[in-house]
Amino acid sequence: MKITVKYFGMIAETTQCEEEIIDFSGNFISDFLKILHSKYPELKNKGFQVAQNQELVSLETGVTGGEIALLPPFAGG
Amino acid sequence: MNRYNRHIILSEIGQTGQEKLLNAKVLVVGAGGLGCPVLQYLAAAGIGTLGIIDFDVVETSNLQRQVLFGTSCLGQNKAEAAKKRLEDLNDEISIIAYPEKLTYQNAIDLFKQFDIIVDGSDNFETRYLVNDACIITNKPLVFAAIYKFEGQVSVFNYENGPSYRCLFPNSPKKDAVPNCSEMGVLGVLPGIVGSMQANEVLKIILGIGNVLSGKLLCYNALNSQTFILRINKSETEIAKVLKEQSDFHKKQLIENCDFITSEISIKDISTFENMQFIDVRELHELPKIESIHITSIPLSELENSINKIDTEKQKVVFCQSGIRSKQAVSILNKANIKNCYSLKEGVEQIIDAYEVLKTSQN
Repeated sequence: MKITVKYFGMIAETTQCEEEIIDFSGNFISDFLKILHSKYPELKNKGFQVAQNQELVSLETGVTGGEIALLPPFAGG
Repeated sequence: MNRYNRHIILSEIGQTGQEKLLNAKVLVVGAGGLGCPVLQYLAAAGIGTLGIIDFDVVETSNLQRQVLFGTSCLGQNKAEAAKKRLEDLNDEISIIAYPEKLTYQNAIDLFKQFDIIVDGSDNFETRYLVNDACIITNKPLVFAAIYKFEGQVSVFNYENGPSYRCLFPNSPKKDAVPNCSEMGVLGVLPGIVGSMQANEVLKIILGIGNVLSGKLLCYNALNSQTFILRINKSETEIAKVLKEQSDFHKKQLIENCDFITSEISIKDISTFENMQFIDVRELHELPKIESIHITSIPLSELENSINKIDTEKQKVVFCQSGIRSKQAVSILNKANIKNCYSLKEGVEQIIDAYEVLKTSQN
């Protein structure tokens, strides 16, 4: 299935884009992240949360398609 | 009440709503990029009691975005400078400045005196401290954080809703996220995001609209897009904070400015001349160093021993393994002491390197 991936903050700096479409055939969010990690090895050192269709999900959540977003925490004020 | 006429003539606010604002007590943590617009609008709106806590002083580089301050404020404490400006904006409200650092020791007593806490701080340590103190004192937390051109806004701990830890359970790994105020940021961004925070505060007090609870709003100033993410409450995360609350006041803030912390490896030290070596281990720790001339200042005493630091020389700070020395360099940088390096290795390697160097010179 085709997944629209959105990147925020410093994650978008790592991926050099704010949005892209990735073809995915696995089951879980953890599988999906493996693909992203191999595409962007630097992501392994970044802290972020994952949202699927605008809902916070865990690594064990099943990928349902649609949109997946990677959100890092910001500290600045 | 002529001052508030444009509020009062709104049927959603009216005289009753304006009185709610005048009876409200709001504490703003940090009078920086976010704190300034929050404070400006809350003071103008007639929030009866406004608290401002900030230990920092106004610097020239703040003026690009911290709109409460002008050149006449340079060097002044931010909480006090903000209070002065806000008293001119609205002399009918009470403004309390706390020119100090928010700590695990003062947070609980301070938060208890207010109805709503606004987080405009600039580091993760303080953000988790604010979040946890809000859970313990059961206060709603109006949160925002910014990065370059992007901002995040949410209301945590509101009417039994999720907290910051339900979104990001733990402070990020060291080095994972730059967290110092020295980051570049588009000046108007905190203005926009801080105004959103002020809006959430007003909605909470007035009981109108939908409060941004259980949601994180992400705003991107470059493409004007907003992205709203739903956050579920994690009872486990909140229970953890409550379980540890008896030890809350014993915790210590660790300065965490890793990305500007300069590190040096023992391999790069070619001389022991004209350098100050600072040992930040506690005095009882072994091995003791006798052969090399060093300055011993335990990390816990560093802030009060700045006068022992040689401002002329290059400084190499070390400890047992390179962790405390990093914190020490952050503290020294904050105290405006330049040319400090944290030794990646530890005391043993310093002794070895010194012996090797001495042998090669003989």
